[in-house]
Amino acid sequence: MERTILHIDMNSCYASIECLHDPSIRDFPVAVGGDVEARHGIILAKNEHAKKFGVKTGEALWQAKQKCPNLIIVPPHFERYIRFSRLTRAIYSEYSNQIEPFGLDEAWVDVTGNTKLFGDGDALANEIRERVKFELGITVSIGVSYNKIFAKLGSDYKKPDAVTVFTRDNFRDKVWPLPAEDLLYVGRATSKKLHGYGIHTIGQIAETDPRALQGWFGKCGLVLSAFANGDDTSPVSLAGDEAVIKSVGNSTTTPRDLENDEDARIIFYMLCESVAERIREDGFFAKTVQISLRDRDLSSFERQLKLETPTCLACELHTAAMQLLRANYSWQKPLRSIGVRATDLIPATSPQQLTMFEDAQKRERMETIERTVDDIRRRFGHYAIGRAITTTDKTLRNINPKEDHTIHPVGFFKAV
Amino acid sequence: MDNSSKVYVGVNARFEPDGKLMPISIAWEDGSEYEIDRVMNVCRAASLKAGGVGIRYTVRIGNTETYLFLEENKWFVERR
Repeated sequence: MERTILHIDMNSCYASIECLHDPSIRDFPVAVGGDVEARHGIILAKNEHAKKFGVKTGEALWQAKQKCPNLIIVPPHFERYIRFSRLTRAIYSEYSNQIEPFGLDEAWVDVTGNTKLFGDGDALANEIRERVKFELGITVSIGVSYNKIFAKLGSDYKKPDAVTVFTRDNFRDKVWPLPAEDLLYVGRATSKKLHGYGIHTIGQIAETDPRALQGWFGKCGLVLSAFANGDDTSPVSLAGDEAVIKSVGNSTTTPRDLENDEDARIIFYMLCESVAERIREDGFFAKTVQISLRDRDLSSFERQLKLETPTCLACELHTAAMQLLRANYSWQKPLRSIGVRATDLIPATSPQQLTMFEDAQKRERMETIERTVDDIRRRFGHYAIGRAITTTDKTLRNINPKEDHTIHPVGFFKAV
Repeated sequence: MDNSSKVYVGVNARFEPDGKLMPISIAWEDGSEYEIDRVMNVCRAASLKAGGVGIRYTVRIGNTETYLFLEENKWFVERR
């Protein structure tokens, strides 16, 4: 049976929510910006008025101010965004049990089973759009289609406060002329390569021989071909079917640029402690450690390393992270932000192969120590106890990675 | 937040046996208390005027109808 899938996108989510809560700023250009002092000074979201001035998400606050001197910049209130995310999902859940969130402000909803009761996808989408506007005071744009990819394109096609329907009959006229970059998984690198082959629109991707795409992009080429042709058959996952945790990571933009190994050592300790604490909390061991580095010019890369023995220890994650850093970075430029991620997670209960050359008892003792630190922090707060090394640099130490950064981007293939 | 059209108020309310929460009277910021004569309607709604979102009670006090919002665990009204 043909599916009916909605993709619902809260328009300028953070900015709309801030404007709703403060009517006095609503009619002016408003942007939600990170903390300038802590150097998270970028635009996180902007409202329609600010958009007219060319203010863009991700640019520095001072750049935005240049384009729009009267821009009102408000700090983010993540607890509000999480509340609104929960409230919108509560509305969606009245229409389907298949709700797959994509970040805080987007979700797919499969309403196939409901179209007999409430009318076709278009009517349902409009009902949801009106309800969100009335009940939550913010607008959404909704894409309706027979697959998740086109539904997502639809929610982007016309906004704010609109519904777009892509059917098997009209997608060639409507979807295919869109630029290739609009397609999920066509990022900067892919689009550059596509342009090199003279491919600029989604239609051109669709009409390219999948084998050629495979030759250029590997497996991903076939995926792109399927996406562009509307042949995506991935299901909308069930609500409450929370994605299995595949990795735990933390990254931070530091209060000042990092200049050398010693600086990185401090930050990596903080990040590794937070990552280790969370994998212990969730009952995992990690088999692989990944670091991400971003330099002052914002170019970034990642490297990873397989561990000899799975671990939940901050000190072992840290050793691996430093090893990766030394092997892959020679400080041509100072670093602006760094991150650590533990992946390849296995349950903490899985049997472990001990090695002859390692002191297993010592590792157990380390684990007891780290768990004790977790306990102390839980009872008395994050700053109640810390490594001596983190006190050596005053500007760097004021970050609490575990509690400060709990919203993470997600990938489309997370459940695959 | 320094927007003045949102006024938090004290509310006397009763839980009905079926779990419904019904406001009985409103305590205004100056201390005066207003009896709610009738709850006309209850729905989820946003208050664009005051800047908030919650459960909206349309209530009648004497001859005037007004909105009373329950936002998470606080009650507010829109200043006229």
